[in-house]
Amino acid sequence: MKLHEIVDNLSLEVKTTSSNLTKEVTGGYVSDLLSDVIANCHEGNIWVTFQTHQNIIAVATLRELSGIIIVNNKIPDPETLKKAEEKSIPIMVTPLPAFEIVGRLYALGLRCR
Amino acid sequence: MTDVVREGVFFLNGKDFDNAGVASSEIKAILEQMGVDRSIIRRVAIASFEAEMNTIIYAPAGILRYKITSDFIKVEFDDVGPGIEDIDLAMKEGYSTAPDYIRDMGFGSGMGLPNIKKNTDVLKISSQPGVGTNVKFIINLKIDETS
Repeated sequence: MKLHEIVDNLSLEVKTTSSNLTKEVTGGYVSDLLSDVIANCHEGNIWVTFQTHQNIIAVATLRELSGIIIVNNKIPDPETLKKAEEKSIPIMVTPLPAFEIVGRLYALGLRCR
Repeated sequence: MTDVVREGVFFLNGKDFDNAGVASSEIKAILEQMGVDRSIIRRVAIASFEAEMNTIIYAPAGILRYKITSDFIKVEFDDVGPGIEDIDLAMKEGYSTAPDYIRDMGFGSGMGLPNIKKNTDVLKISSQPGVGTNVKFIINLKIDETS
C-alpha cells in the first residue's frame, strides 16, 4: 500500500513538504519507546507514536521507515520537521489517539511485519 | 593481517540530541556503499544507535572509534561519564537509571544494552564508577553459512 493512500484514508495531515508519499508501506509499528522501535520494527513500516522530538527521525532513518504518524494532536518540534525534510521522512499528524489510528491501519490491511 | 577498509572517529557531546544518531547513520551509509547484507547493516545500526544514545544521555562527553574490514566492523565507545556500578544488572532488560525527562523522550527503557548484546557477535563492557565506561563490540559482516 502506498503512503498517500493511507494519508487519504485516515485524513492525516502531512507536516513535511519534501515527503515522498509514493513510498510503499510494508506494515506498521506502534510504540513510544525508541529502543523498542529500533529493535522490533521492519523496514518500510509506518510508525505510530506520541513522541515529537527530533530523535524519532534518527530511528526512522536508521530503520528505513516509510513515515511517522504523530497522534493525539501533538505538534512535532521544529527541529523534528527540519530533520524530517533533510532525511525525507514523511511526518503526519492526527487528532486521534494511537489506538484508533492503529485500528484503522489494521483495517486497511497493514500488519506488524 | 586483515585489510582495513575504513576507520574513523566521532566526538559525542553529552545531551547533544541535535546530533544524536549522526555517527550511526554515517556508519550505516559506509556499509551500504560496501554492499554489506541488509540484515547485518540492521544489526550494526541498532547496536551503534543504542551505544551512541547511551553516551549522549549519560556522559558529558565520549569518543566513538570504528574500524571496518571486509570481515567485520569494530565499534568502540569511550566516555567520561558516571560509569556503571553493576554491569550484570545493567544488562538486564528493563533495568535503567535514566531520569524522568529522558524516559519521557522514549529512552531509558532498559532495553539499550540488551539490544546491543542481541545484535553483536562480541561485546565487551568495562566501567569504573565516577571515571567512565568503555563499550566495544564486533559484528561480523559476512553471513555465517553454518548458522
